[in-house]
Amino acid sequence: MTITPNAAPLICLRGVRKSFGTFEVLRGIDMDIRKGEVVAIIGPSGSGKSTILRTINGLTPINEGTIQVGDIEVSDPKLDQVKLRHRVGMVFQQYNLFPHKTVLENVAMAPIQVLRQPRRLVEERARKLLADMRLPDKASSYPGELSGGQQQRVAIARALCMEPEVILFDEVTAALDPEMVKEVLSAVRKVAEDGMTCILVTHEMGFAREAADHVYFTDKGVIVEHAPPADFFTKASDPRTKEFLSKVL
Amino acid sequence: MNQANLLAQILEWMPFVLQGFVLNILMSVLAIAIGTTVGTFLGFGQISPNILIGAPAKLATQLFRNAPWLVLLFYCIFLMPYQVNIGGVMIQLPSWLRATIGFSFPVAANFSEIVRGSVNSVPRGQWEAAEALGYSRRATLFRIILPQCVTRMVPPWMNLYALLLTATPLSMIVGVEEALGRTQAAVQAQSDSRVLIPMYLALLAMFFLYTWPINRLSLMLERRFRTK
Repeated sequence: MTITPNAAPLICLRGVRKSFGTFEVLRGIDMDIRKGEVVAIIGPSGSGKSTILRTINGLTPINEGTIQVGDIEVSDPKLDQVKLRHRVGMVFQQYNLFPHKTVLENVAMAPIQVLRQPRRLVEERARKLLADMRLPDKASSYPGELSGGQQQRVAIARALCMEPEVILFDEVTAALDPEMVKEVLSAVRKVAEDGMTCILVTHEMGFAREAADHVYFTDKGVIVEHAPPADFFTKASDPRTKEFLSKVL
Repeated sequence: MNQANLLAQILEWMPFVLQGFVLNILMSVLAIAIGTTVGTFLGFGQISPNILIGAPAKLATQLFRNAPWLVLLFYCIFLMPYQVNIGGVMIQLPSWLRATIGFSFPVAANFSEIVRGSVNSVPRGQWEAAEALGYSRRATLFRIILPQCVTRMVPPWMNLYALLLTATPLSMIVGVEEALGRTQAAVQAQSDSRVLIPMYLALLAMFFLYTWPINRLSLMLERRFRTK
């Protein structure tokens, strides 16, 4: 949670551009995220927030610019996918749990099958993570038997079980019923407080304000401004930010 | 008295027709086995990102799916040799076997579409979640996508089988002695116009009694998988 401004950034984006067909979603994105930082990206829909996240773990290949995660160059054509995915976890809006696997299998399968870690060790870790996510008795349930909030917490445990250095949260509460938003946000909060580097795309302004160390505001494929939340929500300088905040706050 | 005679006469011919029906079943079971195997590969080919695999698989699927079954049957009956030489051993290919291979083509093409369709019906998020966890494309397909597809494929596969069985009498046209051909022969042999309708009704009943439970089962499975 503490920011050490002089430390080298863990994640570094420089001049990142991405087009889908003729539509340019990202028009030169620069970001620096340090280890342990919690960063919230907010902005109107279609402004490229989610695309930024997806470029960081290579789900969306970029057209121009560079993305560095630790010593990994994400846009390197010879990129070791497994190594990158080991370091960068992701949680999706629609949870995307595997419906034919139990909760425990969902959490433990990738470390066993992809990272080739011993099953016993991984399952022990998975059970502990499920307990942390307050789902200790759901290990042998199937995702379809859980509520949306529970599924999303399983998805967070699944990301954590890969022991990544950073987790990307892509609008993780957007698909949830209001009464489940809180339980997921407190789970995200716990992850952040345990020192995990987190990048969240979110519409939960209250959460961004409380939990983030840094807030980025994007509009039409560029970062309009970024600041610590205390400053961002009270003394935003750019008219686009002001307009957005006046709508959502 | 007359009615009873007629019934006895028809029953007398039933074993003859039923033997033909066994051939219909044999052809359909073999053709669904061959067609499903070939169709699985064609279906995987269709979803391959490699154009050298994807394009021929798509072409073959479209070609055999959109051709009349009877035309494909004619091709196999008249273009395939009567016997093949495998390592010095002459193997006879009777017409029912060639017809079976003829039926396998459209079955393979239709199953190829079932595979493609069911893989594509799995939400994109499943692929993304697997990719974000470090699974390769191939591992995602086999470990995560296909296990979810199998249940989705069973009902349309069973429908395809029912369709195939009802198409097997087409092989009568190319001289296979199956149930329809035998019914026709039996009617002619009896030279009694009164047996015509009951004989064909019996044939219909045979197909219906065999196919209907399959369709019911497929409907039931479809409902079961949908609610899950």
